[in-house]
Amino acid sequence: MNAMVAAAGPSAYWYLTRSSGAVALVLLTLALVLGVVDIRRWSTPSWPRFIVDSLHRTASLLALAFLGLHILTSVLDSFAPISLIDAIIPFAGSYRPFWLGLGALASDLMLAVIVTSLLRRHMGHAAWRRTHWLAYASWPIALLHGFGTGSDAKGTWLLALSVGCLIAVIAAVLVRVADGWPHQLGRRAAALGGAGAFTLGLLLWLPSGPLGKEWARRSGTPASLLGHSSAGSSSSSIDSVVSTGGASDTTESGR
Amino acid sequence: MSGLSTRERPTREAAPSTGLPRLLEGVPAQGAMSLQAHIETHGELPSHSRRDRRGPAALIDNIEQAGLAGRGGASFPMATKMRAVAGARGKPIVVVNATEGEPASLKDRTLLETLPHLVLDGAALAARAIGADEAILCVCESAGVALERTARAISERSRLAGGSPRIVLNVAPEGYVVGQESALVSHLNGKAPKPTFSQPMLFERGVRRRPTLVNNAETLAHVALIARYGPRWFRELGIAGQPGSTLVTLSGPISYPGVYEIEYGASLTSLLEAAGGTTAAARAALFGGYSGSWVDGHLLGGVALSDEHLAPHGASLGAGVVLLLSEGACPVAETVRVTRWLARQSAGQCGPCVHGLDSIASVLEQIAGGTRDRHLSQRVAALTGLTARRGACSHPDGAVRFVTSALSVFAHEFSDHARHGQCDACRSSREMPLPMRAGSVRAA
Amino acid sequence: MCAELLPELIALDEWGYPIIDERPIPPELTDLARRAAQACPTFALLIERDRPRG
Repeated sequence: MNAMVAAAGPSAYWYLTRSSGAVALVLLTLALVLGVVDIRRWSTPSWPRFIVDSLHRTASLLALAFLGLHILTSVLDSFAPISLIDAIIPFAGSYRPFWLGLGALASDLMLAVIVTSLLRRHMGHAAWRRTHWLAYASWPIALLHGFGTGSDAKGTWLLALSVGCLIAVIAAVLVRVADGWPHQLGRRAAALGGAGAFTLGLLLWLPSGPLGKEWARRSGTPASLLGHSSAGSSSSSIDSVVSTGGASDTTESGR
Repeated sequence: MSGLSTRERPTREAAPSTGLPRLLEGVPAQGAMSLQAHIETHGELPSHSRRDRRGPAALIDNIEQAGLAGRGGASFPMATKMRAVAGARGKPIVVVNATEGEPASLKDRTLLETLPHLVLDGAALAARAIGADEAILCVCESAGVALERTARAISERSRLAGGSPRIVLNVAPEGYVVGQESALVSHLNGKAPKPTFSQPMLFERGVRRRPTLVNNAETLAHVALIARYGPRWFRELGIAGQPGSTLVTLSGPISYPGVYEIEYGASLTSLLEAAGGTTAAARAALFGGYSGSWVDGHLLGGVALSDEHLAPHGASLGAGVVLLLSEGACPVAETVRVTRWLARQSAGQCGPCVHGLDSIASVLEQIAGGTRDRHLSQRVAALTGLTARRGACSHPDGAVRFVTSALSVFAHEFSDHARHGQCDACRSSREMPLPMRAGSVRAA
Repeated sequence: MCAELLPELIALDEWGYPIIDERPIPPELTDLARRAAQACPTFALLIERDRPRG
């Protein structure tokens, strides 16, 4: 039965999940970068601060919209057993629980940041600000989620996109830390250290992780969805269809 | 118009004294007046007469007729405040403000150290009048003696007959703005002792979200006597616009500096006489505290101590501070020192206050050290314009007032310093008191 | 940001803090004034009975 499902190819939902996830990541990156531009009070005559601020808010709301679409389509996609709960409560699912769970965690953080911003007037400024910093935590978690659950890690365009977003975020963090907390070098060092450690860790992990062999199995895809690795070439192509969703290394079956 | 308080007192009679002293009646030379002595001097704490249908709130009417205004510096009508709190929704609470962050003022500390039961009576009466069941007495952490003696006085009162509201002692951090009403309430609510600028008003929601009556300690001491002797007695001293007596802290080149009780409208000359006269010629006098104004020494002979008499001189009595500066001091150095201190005392919440006061202090320091820049006086004028009335509280306004009047009264000395730099007296001049520790609430 | 949105009534001092024109807001600027007050990150601006107060 699984083989038949696999042979029919990935559903439209699968494509939508993947693309909306990518767009959400781009928008989240944009929101973060604009957030740094906002707090750095950068402006020109044609880009006054209130415009930058407005763009930052719009980007984050759009990111939320695409996140919603991403979650919805992943639930509706009958291929992987993802239920709505898995989108909210991290690490409890059956499909790649850890990596999916990271997505739920990132979503929760994003939601917290956005909801508190909408309700800013009713919180103290200090409390709002501290909650808003969770945005810096949600981004790397979302990126890891993408690498971990994504079926396209080896696909160059998504990899390039992710790396591009990473570069943008690193640059933004550097700019932010350069002028932040002038009297608290410890905090600045910690922020830079954290960003550096994350990037380094990511670069070290990727080749043996999602870019390595049999990632689908190692990341926790339920066995029933994996083909049998001892089967012949046709089933290994099914295997690759099933686990990666048929990206660049599939041939005739699936896309 | 009777004279000023002398240190000896007449034998106690049953009727209240016709002149001064009033608050300071029977003040002990050492230690605090015991509860026993307090009752002997002033009589029992009055409970409301059952014949009076208005109940405990009748006190508010009496206070209104007496024309009692706050003694913390703002002179807000006491009765109006009490009515606002009494009329608000919820169980009221009384806060006695004895934090006295003004370095040149000692009256509240002195009251608590020597006559705590006057203040405690007033707190109890005010609480009863507005329907509060609790009064919190706030004292600065640096006022060790006052804290200790007040605590003892509170425990003395536990013997008093029922109905007396619960009185709790609270230790407040040191800081100039801590005594501001909303800052104090903020502290009592467990937050940083900084002025708040969000509604609602304290008389509606203050400590623990209850209607809160914040009063200076001395104001409540007056309440204790008005409740016993009535409004007409209170108005026998003072002037129509400012009735009654008040405490002033007299400091500077005086034989006997300290806390005195005067009636409003008394001449400065008579106060100085009662204090044993000056020990050196006075260059000028500061009225109201470090948020007040200077009056040139030549004019002091004609100065009387009330807001309406000081107004033509551009000054007011504020929290009863009268500080003389001797001819031998350097007014420029003193002004610079105090202004820098005021800048550090900013709560740090409002940009114009933080930056403005800091810039003003820096410019004054430059002038004091000698400078060729002829635009600096204009710079100060511009800065004061940018700083005043742009904060959440009146701290920057007061500091600006202090600096502006100093620049006016000491114009000669300032231009002299600008041209020639520091004078001989600059380094040693330390007549204006500042707290030893640089207590600042900004880090909180 | 408020000074960008409402330059007619708000100027900036040398430290970047708003200097408010205390006169009543003209009716045609009321919406902009409200938006300017909302844009403030620390909610330092209040519209008080048609008069903004810093």
